[in-house]
Amino acid sequence: MTAFEVASSVRSGERSAVEVAEQHLREIEARDGEIHAFNHAMREEALAAAAEVDAAVSRHEDPGPLAGVPIALKDNLCTRGVPTTCSSKILDGWRPPYTATVVERVRAAGAVVVGKTNLDEFAMGSSTENSAFGPTRNPRDPSRVPGGSSGGSAAAVAAAFAPLALGSDTGGSIRQPAALCGVVGVKPTYGAVSRYGLVAFASSLDQIGPLATTVTDAALLLDVIAGPDPLDSTAIPSPFARVSPTLDDGIDGLRIGVVEELTDAEGIAPEVVAAVEQAAAALEAAGASVERVSAPSTTYGLSAYYLIAPAEASSNLARYDGVRYGLRVDGADVAAMNARTRGAGFGTEVKRRIMLGTYALSAGYYDAYYGQAQRVRTLIIRDFDRAYERFDALLSPTSPTTAFELGAKTADPLSMYLNDVCTIPTNLAGHPAMSVPFGTGADGLPIGVQVLANALQEPLMFRVARVIEQHAP
Amino acid sequence: MADRITRADVQHVATLARVALTDDEIDHLTGELGAILDHAAQVSALDTDGVPPTAHPLPLANVVRADTVRPSLDRDEVLGEAPAAEAGRFRVPRILGEAP
Repeated sequence: MTAFEVASSVRSGERSAVEVAEQHLREIEARDGEIHAFNHAMREEALAAAAEVDAAVSRHEDPGPLAGVPIALKDNLCTRGVPTTCSSKILDGWRPPYTATVVERVRAAGAVVVGKTNLDEFAMGSSTENSAFGPTRNPRDPSRVPGGSSGGSAAAVAAAFAPLALGSDTGGSIRQPAALCGVVGVKPTYGAVSRYGLVAFASSLDQIGPLATTVTDAALLLDVIAGPDPLDSTAIPSPFARVSPTLDDGIDGLRIGVVEELTDAEGIAPEVVAAVEQAAAALEAAGASVERVSAPSTTYGLSAYYLIAPAEASSNLARYDGVRYGLRVDGADVAAMNARTRGAGFGTEVKRRIMLGTYALSAGYYDAYYGQAQRVRTLIIRDFDRAYERFDALLSPTSPTTAFELGAKTADPLSMYLNDVCTIPTNLAGHPAMSVPFGTGADGLPIGVQVLANALQEPLMFRVARVIEQHAP
Repeated sequence: MADRITRADVQHVATLARVALTDDEIDHLTGELGAILDHAAQVSALDTDGVPPTAHPLPLANVVRADTVRPSLDRDEVLGEAPAAEAGRFRVPRILGEAP
């Protein structure tokens, strides 16, 4: 059942929200022991919220566009009074004193929060294996990873535990797990969605976005969460152009560019490239013109990202000092207490990135590493600007391969980082991009095709995604 | 671009970042940070002469609101989540001076 179908039938009184919630909670209880999509299921809260939706319907009030739709929240979105762990020991048991704006918005639209989903600790990873609470498994094949870092959210949607989920995307953390689990995942334009209440990883790159089984459902959720927020000074102050109304407008006359550097890159499986080419052919048949386009600086996106994101993370994660929340390990003085708390509370990947970022920002290396990465970021933006002079939307793979086995890449951090080679450049540019399922590989596992667009061109991006979805094999 | 990362570098950075590391972690990080930085150093291959740095994807302006009193976080609720609190404040180990 899609979110659209749930909301329509609950709004019309044909189906009760409590019954929908019960059904999804039963699925979670029956099958999440194996998948581990959730850190924390919220049975009581979900049933209470669903009962309120039903009460509104019986009073002939409209509970909103997400009436009775179960939704899963990545466990780095703050929920007042409900544990928010970021899958880290350092925040285990922490109950935030406030709620993220996106969570307020989905609740106000009638959605029913069913739980908090697993992630790579502090959203750092591409497989959801870096969780202090154990890995999530891919519902399509439990021997495989779901991708990451929003792997719990992608798995929850793929396993039909909830038709919708929210994730966060700093370098591909919504789109890559969406591709690996065979669902739709959207990273909106930077600033289109408020980050208030999202636990910060890399603040100039982080963005919250939807995961869903269909493009229409993703549009429904994006329209609810996007828009200005006085609580986030980086939220774009003008109203967001809704994507749902033009979803089925087609793509006649649109110009689509296939990004050479993100499609021909080393390590991208031939079957993934073939899927992109097949999607491009489908767009052409539907009335668009398709050409290849070069954006040479995007080749350096991964390198620039692994300086910029850890640098920002090392600063953002300084707040976990054993003083205001979470874990404290005592020490003789404050510095020793801080160091022992952080040594005990952070996992391996988080320590690695804090160390990398601290090094890149340290005296003597700042300009050669961080400064140079920021200048490369400018070059990447200029390449995209040039591409969007000639094209309305761009196309590439989302992930270089289909889902890999658990443990396959944990020993070599660099091989794990390469999973994000196609998704990172958009985060650096601040543009929107989304992954749409498009067929399967030889192993029977899903392949995702990525649609990219210029800043705030989500309506156009969704029209392209909708056509790709309709022509998916 | 950089000299190879040494154990001493890792220990120095760990002190700056206030992360207590075990000997084993220092060993691993010494090799891993070197390999990651070698990859990241590819950015130096691009000519960026005269290219301004980008710190943020949006042209940001300071946002201000009217200076009026609004409800804020509940102090007891916030302190209730702290590892140690006393008399309406966060409690931390001694920062200054000798023990009395």
